[in-house]
Amino acid sequence: MSETKSGNGTLVGIDGVQKVFQRGSEKIHVLADLNLQVRTGEFLALMGPSGSGKSTLLNLIGGLDRPTRGSVSIAGERIEQLSDRRLAAWRARHVGFVFQLYNLMPTLAADRNVELPLLLTHLSKSERRKHVETALAMVGLSHRAKHHPRTLSGGEQQRVGIARAIVTDPTLLLCDEPTGDLDRKAGDEILTLLEALNREHGKTIIMVTHDPHASARASRTVHLNKGQLSNEPVK
Amino acid sequence: MKYLHLIWSNLKRKKLRTSLTLLSILVAFVLFAFLCAIKQALLGQVEVAGADRLIVRHKVSLIQLLPVSYKERMERIPGVALVTHQTWFGGYYKEPKNFFMENPVIPEDFLDMHPEFILPPEQKKAWLANRTGAIVGRATADKYHWKVGDRVPIFSTLWKKPDGGSTWEFDIAGIFEGKKKGTDTTSLFFRYDYFDEGRTEKTGKGQVGWYTIRVKDPAQAGDVAKRVDEEFQNSPAETKTEPEGAFFQAFAKQTGNIALIVAYIMGAVFFTILLVTGNTMAQAVRERTGELGVLKAIGFTNMQVLSLVLVESCLLSVLGGLLGLGLAALLISHGDPTHGMLPFFFLPSRDVFIGLGISLAVGLATGIFPAIQAMRLRVAEALRRM
Repeated sequence: MSETKSGNGTLVGIDGVQKVFQRGSEKIHVLADLNLQVRTGEFLALMGPSGSGKSTLLNLIGGLDRPTRGSVSIAGERIEQLSDRRLAAWRARHVGFVFQLYNLMPTLAADRNVELPLLLTHLSKSERRKHVETALAMVGLSHRAKHHPRTLSGGEQQRVGIARAIVTDPTLLLCDEPTGDLDRKAGDEILTLLEALNREHGKTIIMVTHDPHASARASRTVHLNKGQLSNEPVK
Repeated sequence: MKYLHLIWSNLKRKKLRTSLTLLSILVAFVLFAFLCAIKQALLGQVEVAGADRLIVRHKVSLIQLLPVSYKERMERIPGVALVTHQTWFGGYYKEPKNFFMENPVIPEDFLDMHPEFILPPEQKKAWLANRTGAIVGRATADKYHWKVGDRVPIFSTLWKKPDGGSTWEFDIAGIFEGKKKGTDTTSLFFRYDYFDEGRTEKTGKGQVGWYTIRVKDPAQAGDVAKRVDEEFQNSPAETKTEPEGAFFQAFAKQTGNIALIVAYIMGAVFFTILLVTGNTMAQAVRERTGELGVLKAIGFTNMQVLSLVLVESCLLSVLGGLLGLGLAALLISHGDPTHGMLPFFFLPSRDVFIGLGISLAVGLATGIFPAIQAMRLRVAEALRRM
């Protein structure tokens, strides 16, 4: 598993970021002059109430959206300055996304879902198959490779989602409420898996969560409220 | 190719909807192929007409006869290489529904004039040796199970014999094949001398239906036609001379402007298909906005997403087109459904390629707007709709 980082060990650098959404004539300030550093190999939990801007921040870090002002640097690269095409290529190389509702393609079997990011690489079919097998083995789902999402439990679907996120060996894993749609047992399994990816494979993980039980598994927790970060929970 | 599985799985997402759309495209292309075959049947003779052949008919109308003596006069006109004549016999075999073309001709001249008919030399020899001999095309011979040596009675609706009878008997001396696909092999040709001797004075002895002229130089065909008509100007039977293709076209146009009718029908059919397929694709893209967002999130570029939707639309359309054209080709290969009225009924390969081109164009036209819509999706917004 490879890692890319800037010289001082900071992988993610958020500097003076503002995000304003325009809804009709109304301007909604979601993030205000926000600063955040995430070190390589860190497992960061991002907590906050609904509407606090957690997902917006995660989208900015993942290059799914652009800040209204400020900079987003990942491994020293200012991603907000990249063109749409280069940003897509950057995401394919450096970021793995894990979504709350798994976001699997319902028409594809688990292995085909995991293979999707590899279609953007130059790997041959047999190389892609090997990568898919490895990723599914890492999440403990080799025996369910040919199953479609509708035949898998929520926990299994999320594990497929994680396999898809790690199959290209990305620098950064971004997880948006990965246990939000799971029961406690399945949620714990997912958190254990994320912990293992962080500790054993050195993956840098940023996880948005509402759940203090989930955030307790992270190495650091930051709280977001009304567009501002703090190290203390919102009261 | 590596994206094919993804595209194919999307088409299988709503099997009923995809099947119904595919079926409507298939039906449209079956209709397209049949209309092409009918057009071919009605205009096919125009395509196989010789560029070096002129048709000379009575100036008033085709049913007015011309003197047989014109043949020698035409042969003397500069630029004329060969002259032959035919006369409409208007007969049928056993029952009126078994109607097909039978014309009296001068055998050697006729075969020289029409190299598109292939007749074995020994059969040609047999025809020349037998006054009641006739040659028949492969299609009709097969249809009535005739073979060389058979004696067949043909009832003429126009020509009576001196004994008052209308049934003429012919010995099948040969069976001719077409040199290329589209050559009419439904006709029967018999000897003019037998015909002329057998008909009464009252019914036009010594007269023929029309002449065919081969010119020495196709570039001079217009001049030769003019000279022929001038030769018979102010005679009791003035002529109208035109290229063979134009003659057949005028003949076909008696049933209307076929090409235009076909174009109108196909226009209506494909407009409907555009709406049906377009609706399917628009719905398909709307339903999976979130999934398209996921593809973009994991690194698919806008152009890649556009291409995926466009290829899916084209695949659906071309698949429907292929199935429709294939089914139609199978049905059309059974031959003329009217049993003789459409001797040129077949699906030309040119129209198969045109059909495939149209199916691709339908795919592009119906896919382009949903594809642009998918391309313009903003990732973060699309993911919220998952």
